[in-house]
Amino acid sequence: MSQAILQVEGLHKAFGGVQAVADVSFAVSAGEMLALIGPNGAGKSTCFNMLNGQLTPDSGIVRLEGRDIVGLRPRVIWRLGVGRTFQITATFASLSVRENVQMALYSHAGRLRSLLSRFGAAFGREADALLDQVGMLDQAERTCGVLAYGDLKRVELAIALANQPRLLLMDEPTAGMAPKERVALMELTARLARARNIAVLFTEHDMDVVFTQADRIIVLDRGVLIAGGTPPEVRANPNVRAVYLGSAH
Amino acid sequence: MLTRNRLLAGTAALVALSLVGPAAAQAPIKIGELNSYKVFPAFLEPYKKGIELAVEEVNTAGGVLGRKIEVVSRDDNGNPGDAVRVAEELLSREGAAFLIGTFPSNVGLAVADFAKQRKVLFIAAEPLTDKIVWDQGNAYTFRLRTSTYMQTAMLIPDAVKLKKKRWAIVYPNYEYGQSATAAFKKLLKEKQPDVEFVAEQATPLGKIDAGAVAQALADAKPDAIFSSLFGPDLAKFVREGQTRGLFKGVEVFNLLAGEPEYLDPLKEESPDGWYVTGYPWSELKTPEHTKFLSAYQAKFKDYPRLGSVVGYATVMSAAEAIKKAGSLDQEKLVAAMKGLTLITPFGKIQYRPLDHQSTMGAYVGQIGVKDGKGYMKNWRFVDGKDALPSDADVQKMRPKN
Amino acid sequence: MTLASILIQLLNGLAAAASLFLVSAGLSLIFGVTRIVNFAHGSLYMLGLYGTYSLIQFFGRTPLGFWGAVVLAALAVGLVGILIEVLVLRRIYRAPELFQLLATFAVVLVIKDIALFTWGAEDLVGPRAPGLSTAVEIMGRRIPAYDLLLIAIGPVVLALLWLLLTRTRWGALVRAATQDREMVGALGVDQAKLFTSVFFVGSVLAGLGGALQIPREPANLELDLAIIADAFVVTVVGGLGSIGGAFLAAIIIGVAKAFCIGIGTVTWFGFEVSFSKLTLVVEFLIMALVLVVRPYGLLGKPQAAQRATEPAPRLQVPSWTFALVWLALLALVPLAADRYTTILLTDIVCFALFSVSLHFIMGPAGMVSFGHAAYFGIGAYAAGLLMKRFGLPMEAALLLAPLVAGLFAIVYGWFCVRLSGVYLAMLTLAFAQISWSVVFQWDSMTGGSNGVFGVWPSAWLADKTTYYYLALVLCGAGIVFLWRVLFSPFGYALRAGRDSPLRAEAIGIDLRGFQWAAFVLVGALAGLAGAVYAFSKGSISPSSISIAQSTDGLIMVLLGGVETLTGPVVGAAIFTWLRDVVARNTEFWRAVMGGVILLIVLLFPQGLVGGLKVLVARWREQRA
Repeated sequence: MSQAILQVEGLHKAFGGVQAVADVSFAVSAGEMLALIGPNGAGKSTCFNMLNGQLTPDSGIVRLEGRDIVGLRPRVIWRLGVGRTFQITATFASLSVRENVQMALYSHAGRLRSLLSRFGAAFGREADALLDQVGMLDQAERTCGVLAYGDLKRVELAIALANQPRLLLMDEPTAGMAPKERVALMELTARLARARNIAVLFTEHDMDVVFTQADRIIVLDRGVLIAGGTPPEVRANPNVRAVYLGSAH
Repeated sequence: MLTRNRLLAGTAALVALSLVGPAAAQAPIKIGELNSYKVFPAFLEPYKKGIELAVEEVNTAGGVLGRKIEVVSRDDNGNPGDAVRVAEELLSREGAAFLIGTFPSNVGLAVADFAKQRKVLFIAAEPLTDKIVWDQGNAYTFRLRTSTYMQTAMLIPDAVKLKKKRWAIVYPNYEYGQSATAAFKKLLKEKQPDVEFVAEQATPLGKIDAGAVAQALADAKPDAIFSSLFGPDLAKFVREGQTRGLFKGVEVFNLLAGEPEYLDPLKEESPDGWYVTGYPWSELKTPEHTKFLSAYQAKFKDYPRLGSVVGYATVMSAAEAIKKAGSLDQEKLVAAMKGLTLITPFGKIQYRPLDHQSTMGAYVGQIGVKDGKGYMKNWRFVDGKDALPSDADVQKMRPKN
Repeated sequence: MTLASILIQLLNGLAAAASLFLVSAGLSLIFGVTRIVNFAHGSLYMLGLYGTYSLIQFFGRTPLGFWGAVVLAALAVGLVGILIEVLVLRRIYRAPELFQLLATFAVVLVIKDIALFTWGAEDLVGPRAPGLSTAVEIMGRRIPAYDLLLIAIGPVVLALLWLLLTRTRWGALVRAATQDREMVGALGVDQAKLFTSVFFVGSVLAGLGGALQIPREPANLELDLAIIADAFVVTVVGGLGSIGGAFLAAIIIGVAKAFCIGIGTVTWFGFEVSFSKLTLVVEFLIMALVLVVRPYGLLGKPQAAQRATEPAPRLQVPSWTFALVWLALLALVPLAADRYTTILLTDIVCFALFSVSLHFIMGPAGMVSFGHAAYFGIGAYAAGLLMKRFGLPMEAALLLAPLVAGLFAIVYGWFCVRLSGVYLAMLTLAFAQISWSVVFQWDSMTGGSNGVFGVWPSAWLADKTTYYYLALVLCGAGIVFLWRVLFSPFGYALRAGRDSPLRAEAIGIDLRGFQWAAFVLVGALAGLAGAVYAFSKGSISPSSISIAQSTDGLIMVLLGGVETLTGPVVGAAIFTWLRDVVARNTEFWRAVMGGVILLIVLLFPQGLVGGLKVLVARWREQRA
């Protein structure tokens, strides 16, 4: 694995006295798939939201390719090359699939401020190429609001790839999908990540997906990192077994 | 797509057609009347009856110029923009000969300005604003009603006589209340230079916080109060003031409070001894009023309010103007209105050539309570011509046409 | 003010707050659970007064008669609330957001005329409360005993509501629904029953608020609109769905008004400042201040993100042939029609641009404005004042007016885009009311309550037909421009931001910036509509900035259909035309108008154009 794209050091966040994330440090390298796992309420989403700027950490450092990004707004962080998918999909429901991707492309190119040109005239080919990659080209004309959940996840992935990100943050990318689809989506993600040398950080509930797709896994419990390593290492870790694998899953 | 377009284009044509109204009929002379019927129903329902009575009387007497008259009424929604539109509708679609009516001052002024632009006679019935004949006066607009200034001036002699030094003022916060207050302060100060105005409360129309206002006035320890409240604001002020003892040992002057529209709802709580302008309809014994009263009661089984007199006298003015002009030509009508005299239930009035204000008077007196009802006592009639500023002053205010 | 007068004004404020609190608590409950902006709530309050008046006449002025009347009237108003919910609102819960507002507006019109028909036009002064008709002496000042009772009733009702909400299953459901409506649906609760019961309780509170006012307030036909704006303000200042917040807000506003009156006129540095005049607008000043500092009101919480159950439909690119056919037809009208038709069409054209600009911001941009008249009115005043006071030629004034309106939109919009939902809508209303009150008071500049006169177009435009063409060109161009912008990258970014602010931010869109720009854009175009309107009338009055004008805009947009582009135009045309026809031919035109709107609401819950589209689609399916 090459240089670290994302470096997190000593991340802290408390909500009204409850420590949600405490002293979390890790790094993701280009082309690497890093899974962040942990039981419900372990602080995964909080952690994610601090990485892309939705939340500001109480303390700690987040570096993107060496640059400190703490305190920046999500839209600024996006411009620095961070793509994001959400636990509950967030797409533009009244726009078509293609327009959703075009929106990200227009934004990336800084061309949204035009008042009179016709939206959609540009970036059609680029959008289609991205949709082709995620296997959604045949549905490009459909309105996002009517898509199946799994398809929405794919559209999100295409959107996230639109600004040629260095880092992808994927919060529960396969939640709500059929088991077969899940593996397929993450395989696709892994393939794209490696081909484009993108670092991927994702949270996931489906252990099959995690252990087959992640290059490395880190485990969060009650806001604290309790383990990290390759899938076999984590599987063997007694701490993880105790708090995590022993639990409901 | 084509089908939809065709459908919508068809609708467009239909709508366009339906907008084209019938041509104006010729037979009776139509007079266009507009008013804020739904906004001020308490005043305007009796007003409308007054109009009906007058139309009936004019037509029974043979109409004017050999034709009957017909008053075509429209609701202007209390909105000047709507008023200008319905005024246009009355003229161009209904073929109204000219315009009468309006109640609030902003609507009256908007229609007056429209009349000037359109070069059409407009007889403003009820707006009290002084501006309609003075600052904003124009060649085509005449006003019947005794104005704010005139009614205020009519109360001044009594106010001066009382020699009260500390005056508090309360008024509804818009044109009418503001001009009444300004006129009162100016006129009283002229007659009684040592007068002091110790408190001034401007309350939002229809939304007075009567308790707080009564308290604030009481805190100023006035000897007398001048109020131009009316309607629900007046009723609330009277009740709160009485409960809180505001009026004890304090003389109160209240414009309009003797008008049945505003006095009758107060019933047994009508404030005894207040100096007011109004309309003591049951006590007027002049032949012209008796005639009006009996006709009105016969027709509507109800007693007239001030609005009834205003509606009646407005239509009578319009009919007389047509008679005098002998034609429906606007310039002739305007010329006829200048100096037009006629008999109203309040006696003879004249539309002054100087400023187009009628000399209709008003009754000034005090409120009394009898059998659980308010009435006007110690009243006297003040002729409008005696309550106007000097001709020179009026000329200074009125723009040269 | 002396200590005694401060204390007494405090008591006055608290007494005034009592009814305001009851009404607002009911409104807050109803809004919290059903998300319906219930314009008719003020009408229920008014019915409370009228009902009590009549019942006391019937029972007699005994203590039992008085209090029996108060309670019975409140309950009867509750039944009216149930009627409104079951007969009207229940049928349109699935309609697009805010559509129910249209229905409640129609109900206001109907109830007003029913009240006029039943109780007549004269103000009805109710009796004093038996046994409480006198005053109590406090620090040498007399305060009505009944006011002291009112002061006590507020907290008692608050406590009862609190018990009801925290100690009963019903209350738990209401609280849950207020936080997250879908969750309650998911819990398998009978929503229809819950909504009906909430409407009943809310309406009883409104009725009680009115009934208790009978010794203080004559029953009259202006009460409905007089209270409704204040009730909304209290609800929003307190925080939507928060009964405690409503209590607090009612007290703050009641007391603030009493103190404005108590302070009266003060001289500062040689300037006379009349605080009593501030009572015109003080509640809106407070609301603006509170919302700028606390975006969810004093005690409100951010609403759970509404999971978009049904996304806004795609907008269809307008067909230009279709637009051209219409333009050509409209251009031909003066050749065939009479003078008045041309004038009515001039009105319609102005309102069409006004309503399209409102639709732009509330539909595609997702920011509902309750105060859109601000820009219409400012445009109108700017046009008039630039000409009359600053001596500009009419043409220059007409073209500069939109810029002035845009300038105000820059300032107001900057604050507004920081909020969302009803809070945003109410802040726009606050700014509109503040603008209105300034215009209303600034006699030397704006002509005060009278307005500005003699605002006529230049000679070459004086002819009504010529002016109609000018209006058609300017407003038509404005409408086409706004439609065009909707399909530009900028317009798409706005729609994207409405669909998912989260996603928009995550792909680098500065949503607030875009929304702010949209605010300025529609402000300027609403200003153009106002300016064109002003010159067509020759006069401008404060009513062009009033709540009524803003409401008219909402009605037009909703009537035509918020989900279509042509809807607002059709809505403006139908509404203006209806008002013209209905007001001309009937005595009880308000009820007829309300009835027609109700009929449209029930038949076409997507609005006229939306409903027409559904019909056309169905018809085509059948042929295919």
